Amino acid sequence: MTPRELLLQEAAKAILIKDGPYGTAIQAAGLDEAGYRGETGLALDQKGNNDLVNLTQPALIASICQAYIDAGARILATNSFNANRISQADYGAEDLVRDINVAAAKVIRETVDAASAKDGIVRFVAGALGPTNKTLSLSPDVNDPGFREVDFDTVAGVYREQAAALIEGGADFILIETVFDTLNAKAAIYGVKQLEAELGRDVPLMLSMTLTDLSGRNLSGHTVEAFWWAVRHARPVTVGLNCSFGATQLRPHVRLLSGIADCLLMAYPNAGLPNDLGEYDELPETTASLVREWAEAGQVNILGGCCGNTPAHIAAMARAVEGLAPRQIPALEPVTRLAGLEPFIMAA
Amino acid sequence: MATRPSGSSFVNIGERTNVTGSAAFKKLVLAGDYAKAVEVARNQVDNGAQIIDVNMDEGLLDAVFAMTTFLKLIAAEPDIARVPVMVDSSKWEVIEAGLKCVPGKPIVNSISMKEGEEAFLDRARKCMAYGAAVVVMAFDEAGQADTKARKVEICARAYDLLTGIGFAPEDIIFDPNVFAVATGIEEHNNYAVDFIEATRDIKARCPHVHISGGLSNLSFSFRGNEPVRRAMHSVFLYHAIPAGMDMAIVNAGQLDVYDTIDPELRELCEDVVLNRRPDATDRLVTLAEKFRGTSPEAEKQAEEWRGWDVARRIEHALVKGIDMFVVDDTEEARQEIFARGGRPIEVIEGPLMDGMNTVGDLFGAGKMFLPQVVKSARVMKKAVAHLIPFIEAEKLPGAKAKGRIVMATVKGDVHDIGKNIVGVVLQCNGYEVIDLGVMVPWTKILETAREQDADMIGLSGLITPSLDEMVTVAEEMQRAGFTLPLLIGGATTSKVHTALRIDPAYEGPVLHVLDASRAVGVASQLLSDTQCEPLIAATAAEYQHVRDVRAGKEQSILLSLSDARANSFKPDLSDKVMPPEQPGVHAFPDWDLADLAEVIDWTPFFRAWELAGNYPAILTDEVVGESASGLFADAQAMLKSIIEEKWLTAKGVCGFWPCAREDDDVLLHLEGPQPPLRLPFLRQQIRKSKDRANFCLADFIDPDGDWIGGFAVAIHGIELHLERFRAGHDDYNDILLKALADRFAEAFAERLHQHVRTTLWGYAPGEQLTNAALIHEDYRGIRPAPGYPACPDHSLKPMLFDLLDAGTNAGIVLTESQAMLPTSAVSGFYFAHPESQYFGVARIGRDQLEDYAARRGMALAEAERWLRPNLD
Repeated sequence: MTPRELLLQEAAKAILIKDGPYGTAIQAAGLDEAGYRGETGLALDQKGNNDLVNLTQPALIASICQAYIDAGARILATNSFNANRISQADYGAEDLVRDINVAAAKVIRETVDAASAKDGIVRFVAGALGPTNKTLSLSPDVNDPGFREVDFDTVAGVYREQAAALIEGGADFILIETVFDTLNAKAAIYGVKQLEAELGRDVPLMLSMTLTDLSGRNLSGHTVEAFWWAVRHARPVTVGLNCSFGATQLRPHVRLLSGIADCLLMAYPNAGLPNDLGEYDELPETTASLVREWAEAGQVNILGGCCGNTPAHIAAMARAVEGLAPRQIPALEPVTRLAGLEPFIMAA
Repeated sequence: MATRPSGSSFVNIGERTNVTGSAAFKKLVLAGDYAKAVEVARNQVDNGAQIIDVNMDEGLLDAVFAMTTFLKLIAAEPDIARVPVMVDSSKWEVIEAGLKCVPGKPIVNSISMKEGEEAFLDRARKCMAYGAAVVVMAFDEAGQADTKARKVEICARAYDLLTGIGFAPEDIIFDPNVFAVATGIEEHNNYAVDFIEATRDIKARCPHVHISGGLSNLSFSFRGNEPVRRAMHSVFLYHAIPAGMDMAIVNAGQLDVYDTIDPELRELCEDVVLNRRPDATDRLVTLAEKFRGTSPEAEKQAEEWRGWDVARRIEHALVKGIDMFVVDDTEEARQEIFARGGRPIEVIEGPLMDGMNTVGDLFGAGKMFLPQVVKSARVMKKAVAHLIPFIEAEKLPGAKAKGRIVMATVKGDVHDIGKNIVGVVLQCNGYEVIDLGVMVPWTKILETAREQDADMIGLSGLITPSLDEMVTVAEEMQRAGFTLPLLIGGATTSKVHTALRIDPAYEGPVLHVLDASRAVGVASQLLSDTQCEPLIAATAAEYQHVRDVRAGKEQSILLSLSDARANSFKPDLSDKVMPPEQPGVHAFPDWDLADLAEVIDWTPFFRAWELAGNYPAILTDEVVGESASGLFADAQAMLKSIIEEKWLTAKGVCGFWPCAREDDDVLLHLEGPQPPLRLPFLRQQIRKSKDRANFCLADFIDPDGDWIGGFAVAIHGIELHLERFRAGHDDYNDILLKALADRFAEAFAERLHQHVRTTLWGYAPGEQLTNAALIHEDYRGIRPAPGYPACPDHSLKPMLFDLLDAGTNAGIVLTESQAMLPTSAVSGFYFAHPESQYFGVARIGRDQLEDYAARRGMALAEAERWLRPNLD
């Protein structure tokens, strides 16, 4: 059975739990610069290069992954949000991109497989692609709206490189997450499609958009529905929303997407909104009770946490939705669905 | 339960950002003026394009650069980027470069099997990887499909290939090639027919696909003759859309409404498009010369006037109603005058007033008509708005107005189109108008007139209870010691009512003003030292004469109520219609506006603008034809925006109840344990000639059991847009929108009635009526409205509204005078008996008044108030 088929099979039985963030957990370990750097011999200061830790401190990543497994997570993402050539350029670590991603996938794969060997529970590894810090839809120069810092082919190539290494390291899926620019996501999809052609097999995608304003648009201006029509050609195994705000603010958008997504729906919000100090202080039970409402309404298949969530949050979610029926995937009418920033549907 | 007919789903794709379709756009892109090119896209979206086609295929252009540059620029404009893009090129490399810049889901235009299956599928796979729908041209290795068989064969083959690689069928749009007809080559004569027939077959053969086409090819042989080309395109779409064509790349503003095409031209275009006769081309070529427009000439003149001196330009702009340059021109005039030591006010007193005087003269001479005058006023207002800050900065008093008029629609009434028109005309003629709006209580009218030291007061109203309210205003003016003139206008007002009821209530001058064109004359005479007295004296004498005639006149003889009842109308009750198929109340929260637009009765629309004549003949009328055509074109453009951008929402409700007649009442048997609801109607009492009955609506109902219906419809959402127009000093569009909303409400009533007859009540399931037949009421059954001649009591509306829960279901509220809000609303009863007909109750006697008040459960004084217009 392919990972796609297996996930659909497991998701038909129960609402599945995805893990939480790695960044805060890595920072909590209090590594010094040498701890980050390890034996890489890189020239620039590596403190804060969380993706490099896959290579230099794999045991730390394994322990975080294990904590989420113990909390009940069955979808475990790789710690590779910034492990792409564009973002790693800031650390002068572009040449290590393949190694970092292979290591990132390998450590999660091994941890997950070890756990599953013990308890027989099916778990999945999602190779995570972050948005990069460059945008294809917007100009960084207000006086030159036609200017772009990067182009489509570059971004597609960067993603293809990262996705190839994640698959090589053992990832089941490629998770394109925190999509703030729809065109970046389309370039990522294009890159993964090229990889698929090269490998001659299905590389299933998970897509997750992030909203930058409460009206429900991302940074490139797309509404949730327009985003979905713009990326639906990827035939992803999941689509959903992550980060953005807390579950309270995401609720209407999850509901909307739930009605139009003809694939699994995965949502992993932040633990509320940050307080004045920029810290997340929403309690695990609070987050769990909020996402439980979505589960009760039959709107989600996979739930997890983004910024501010901890293994305790994930465990609370797992308890909160246990036994609730998963969302049924709706069938969509075969009508033409186009998108600008807003959706446009042509009647049949 | 809500039901709703489906509307047309035809998609217009804007083509102004296509260098092969728009010379202006091409010029901008060639000049590298991308900022202006972006504005072209913005205009298109503003004007309702649902998708914009971008094409840069021009020999002198680096098409890849132009395509990507333009797409990146419009991505930065949320107003433009909200709609999907069609990436259009004959070169795949240009398309692919474009796809890399489009963040949403676009359409690729186009791919084909011209270079074989392999290249075709390779491009299709790329479209799938980029996430795009695709236009597939009916083109294969052997060339472009010309015949129906070839078109169908190629599209079917392409469909099978595409779906074979997993291409979503709904993302396939076939373009079966629109070719030029009427070329003089016989083989070309059937091209349009081939397209239309192929469309039908492709739709049947290939589920979920769409059919598109570029229209400009069709009329290629008539290039340079826009009227003929537009007519050909409209005729073509008229036949291709029902066959299944659901998209077209076209400048929507250049499509004619099928019904408005010159009948002879339409007929000949149809002959050509449908290949109906062998000499079709020759005949169209001959006729076409007649239509070869004056347009190049007009264009030349259009450019020329911009070279004139500024005063002349302003006058020209005012007379022609062109507001595009007036702010710049006004500013230029202001600076010129300032440079020679003059003051900003001189711009108004000089060129602007000169221009408006010309407008006034032309209007007075019957050479200009209201729609043009209102457009001129818009230009004037924009110019004045520009000058006001300068005038105020001077702290000097503004231009001395000729006079100051306080205008209001009286309390309880909400109608103001006519009042606004009068206001605009007076302003154009230099009067200061203080418009208090609608539903204005007399206290506010008097207070404002006093505070503002007004020279006269103008009252307006449309519904009959407003007549009483006008009397109240007159009485209060008398009590407060006013002496200034009171002008009366509005659809229900009349010289007779003014003379009989209003004039006696107020000692100051009272004048009924028939329409806007008379308002200026009346106002100027009232303010003239020499003409004021004669006018007042003449009017007073005239009104006295009306009263004398009335007093001395043998009034038509009224029958007693019992005699009138004895002469009731007796329809053949064996003919009564069946019970409704779907009894109960039916709500329609959002009826398709495009569907309503099809049944608009345009004649009253022109009447609202004081243009006399019946549609469509009015468009070619010798006197008002030009003005009517211009107005109609503006109305069509706005209509399109209203529909495409969903400015308005049509909400309505109807219902049917079992009932029985009891004398002049209809007793409604409602569900649940409650006594029947009594619906009293009024009966004609005027003595009739031998064989005419004294009608009452109840006569159409069977005493032994029958059914009655009711409805209420309203057009919502107008305020937001009116506000926008007001902010732009745009009375023209303000009035235009109100008039269109009224037409929508009437069309909704018409369409709903039809739906009732054919489906909900269902007593005429096979009814097939043309628009004209609908307008002529060639159907069975009537829908009289409370407050109108057959049913003059406005106060029945609350009963009807309760039955329908019209507040909730149609969002309509009633004022104290039973006017409906929103203003564009219609309500009434349905009578289905085949012999039911409209009539006027006219004058009734005291005996019926007393009887009615008792049946109605209403105090006599109150009944008297509501029925005042029907008493003596």
